[in-house]
Amino acid sequence: MTVETYIDVTSVLPVSAGAALRRRVLGHTTFLIGAIIIIFIVGVALFAPLLAPHDPYAQDLSLRLVPPVWDESGTWAHPLGTDQLGRDYLSRLIYGSRISLMVGFSIMIMSGIIGTTLGVVAGYFGGRIDLVINFIVTTRLAMPVILVALTVAALAGSSLQNVILVLGLLLWDRFAVVTRSATLQIRALDYVVAAQAVGCSIWRIVASEILPNVLNVIIIIATIEMANGILLAASLSFLGLGVPPPLPDWGAMISDGKQYMFFSPWVITIPGVALFTLVLGINLLGDGVRDLTAPENRS
Amino acid sequence: MAAVPTDRSRQAQGKGRPLFVYFIKRSFVALLVAITVSVVSFLLLHVSGDLAQSLAGPSASAADVAQVRKAYGLDRPMVIQYLDWAGKAIRGDFGYSFFLKQPVFPIIADRLPVTMMLGVSALVIALFVSIPLGIAAALRPNSWIDRLALTVSVFGQALPSFWFGLLLMMLFGVTLRWLPVSGTGGWQYYVMPAITLSYYSIPTFMRLTRAGMMEVLASDYIRTARAKGLRTPTVLFKHALRNAIIPLVAVAAVQLGFALGGSIVIEAVFSLHGVGYLGWESISRADFPVVQAIVLILALFYIVLTLLADLLNAFLDPRIRVR
Repeated sequence: MTVETYIDVTSVLPVSAGAALRRRVLGHTTFLIGAIIIIFIVGVALFAPLLAPHDPYAQDLSLRLVPPVWDESGTWAHPLGTDQLGRDYLSRLIYGSRISLMVGFSIMIMSGIIGTTLGVVAGYFGGRIDLVINFIVTTRLAMPVILVALTVAALAGSSLQNVILVLGLLLWDRFAVVTRSATLQIRALDYVVAAQAVGCSIWRIVASEILPNVLNVIIIIATIEMANGILLAASLSFLGLGVPPPLPDWGAMISDGKQYMFFSPWVITIPGVALFTLVLGINLLGDGVRDLTAPENRS
Repeated sequence: MAAVPTDRSRQAQGKGRPLFVYFIKRSFVALLVAITVSVVSFLLLHVSGDLAQSLAGPSASAADVAQVRKAYGLDRPMVIQYLDWAGKAIRGDFGYSFFLKQPVFPIIADRLPVTMMLGVSALVIALFVSIPLGIAAALRPNSWIDRLALTVSVFGQALPSFWFGLLLMMLFGVTLRWLPVSGTGGWQYYVMPAITLSYYSIPTFMRLTRAGMMEVLASDYIRTARAKGLRTPTVLFKHALRNAIIPLVAVAAVQLGFALGGSIVIEAVFSLHGVGYLGWESISRADFPVVQAIVLILALFYIVLTLLADLLNAFLDPRIRVR
């Protein structure tokens, strides 16, 4: 005869930290939806050559502006139709995910490095250095981003690399502002004071005491800036000075489709939905991280 | 640590003096920012590419480029060019447009009302949408309306503005035929662009209103007002909203500055001939005196608006002045 256990052991034992985190992550709808969207789009970008039914650059002028399959004259040969040059829209959309992800990610890394450096330095040293960095941030904020980016792109030539460079050099302000105030708070805490008293070098204090503790906010700002960078790069493409043709950029697809949208609305709705979904996914992921890492939700 | 003010230092400051000192300090910083912006934008323009080359065109010979360089004074040292330009710009002389062969300033002044109209109406729309939503969300946290407001702002932030504009254009301009599709003219031409532009600021305003209202509603004086039997609308609008809305005023000024700078995309979508559209046109025809002037003027608008916002904040909240 077996002894029946009336109490489920797991409910008595304290939950391990990892399990608690898993439970919180899986119970957080916002985070989950965001993660699923991003994983899907990253997957599409990684396996683009396998997924795309056609060459995204192959033109077929006899098959221009073929409607998508849900339209009565659409065919499965081109599930999302073709553009004004007869290129397969689905294939361009699939390859476009690579460009958007790369642009967003590179802008985020560049602006993150610049902004975090400025912010941590300003917050840690304070005084005059803080004043100077504050001044730099204020000056940057006063410059109209899109106009400046367009001008530089026009003069330096519009290429993928230039779009990333100019936006990466312009979008660091939020990183700087937020890491500065986070560093200011942390600098005054006991463990930083203790590290200073023990005689740790500034590099060591920044690397092992400050950065790990501002990482949370950095991740949240990183998602915001990645989304922002993707939207701004798409705006530049839309204005004709972003990612140059024939690259399959979503913003450029909307721009090219603009003159056909009244008769073939899908040419702008499809890439627009893709852009919207990607940015929404990044924002949801960021919101989720913020909720999950907020101390008051950790119980 | 701030020193504990002695009686004498308090007297020395006098009534209203700190505000004045703050005003002077803050204006000085604003002036420095304006000068720095002008230097940076000038440098960017001259460093990112060869102005003479883009003016002469891609097929121009080396001799032609050299001639253009000389004709426009682009062969002089950069410092001289900047000082020449800045010295004239202070007096409102932004030079001649390469393309239109007219003085730059009147061209921009002509387009400015369109952009101002667009920016201000976008701001008004944003406030009209976000304040009621923010109040409703604050009154019933976690209710359906709070969630709706949150969803609207999350989705709104993910919408590419130019795409949203095109969708509005298809719906109201083509399908329903309520509004003109694009162009510049009467108020009807501003409706869709203003709605598109207002989308930027709605989430910010909504969050501020919600947070402000929730904080104020939890305060003692609201409890007192309720306890002495005042009607709910009186408490809400006369006591709570007035205080909750203070931070919004300053943020609205800053948002207007951003909106003026960001209007270029929306003006391009709707062919609204404002300053942003002029900037876009000028960039594509290598008309850099106009571009440079527009960058500076938009930056000045932003600087003045943030200065006003800071002063207003300092006026309303004395703690800021001593920082």
